[in-house]
Amino acid sequence: MPINYYIILAVALFSIGVAGVLTRRNAIIIFMCVELMLNAVNLLLVAFSKMHYANAVQLNPASTAGTEAQLFVFFIMVVAAAEVSVGLAIIVMMYRNIHSVDINFLNRLKH
Amino acid sequence: MSITEILFWFLSAMALGAALMMVTSKNPVYSVLWLIVVFFAISGHYILLNAQFLAIVNIIVYAGAIMVLFLFVIMLMNLNANNEPQKNQWSKIAGIIAGGCLLLVFIAAIRQSEALQTQLLETGGETGLIHLLGKTLFTDYVLPFEISSVLFLSAMVGAVVIGKKGD
Repeated sequence: MPINYYIILAVALFSIGVAGVLTRRNAIIIFMCVELMLNAVNLLLVAFSKMHYANAVQLNPASTAGTEAQLFVFFIMVVAAAEVSVGLAIIVMMYRNIHSVDINFLNRLKH
Repeated sequence: MSITEILFWFLSAMALGAALMMVTSKNPVYSVLWLIVVFFAISGHYILLNAQFLAIVNIIVYAGAIMVLFLFVIMLMNLNANNEPQKNQWSKIAGIIAGGCLLLVFIAAIRQSEALQTQLLETGGETGLIHLLGKTLFTDYVLPFEISSVLFLSAMVGAVVIGKKGD
């Protein structure tokens, strides 16, 4: 399987996430689009780790290259879980203050 | 066409279609459900790439924990009605055009790269199995692993402090 296919798939998912962040106004859906972008990057990292392994295994058949990339993906997931808990708490606080999650109401810095 | 390629195309179509449905659906609950479908498709990709540990962690952490958190928040706020008024159509079109331009720029940059055109993936080996990943995690990366527990503790305290009623 060529690496190109995985890169284009991850780029397409990332672009869908960017378009979602730019078009939607519901704060929760924007947050979900950010999660989608994180997952696209994770998929790309795993694909690149396998590419690195494919290059290393030609020189040394017992190579374990590419393990670090998958650990990076693991740490990205850990940080994303922490980020989601704090972000959702912020959205709950915003809903409690302005009784909406529409980001167009968050314009107090404009006035 | 081998079974791996058929599975790859099927999972890719599933991920892209579910992502588009997530962005376009009006009801936030449906958006969450479509995003869970995307996460399952990405987990399928991990299994195809022989990254089995990450596939299981992706299902448990993302589809299991994070999405349940999203669903809880949406249902607590009673947001499952469509309350997103269509005010400005032009900003929506501009956002779609901006996303499409980003996609075009990325694909053009990939097509420029000569080295990537012939590069193949190797999905064999033991790289993604839990045995090797666990050994590396607890020998070379044990300090970041322990620091991430502090991060979780601070995130938990932060979520409680931010979400607390009154001040």
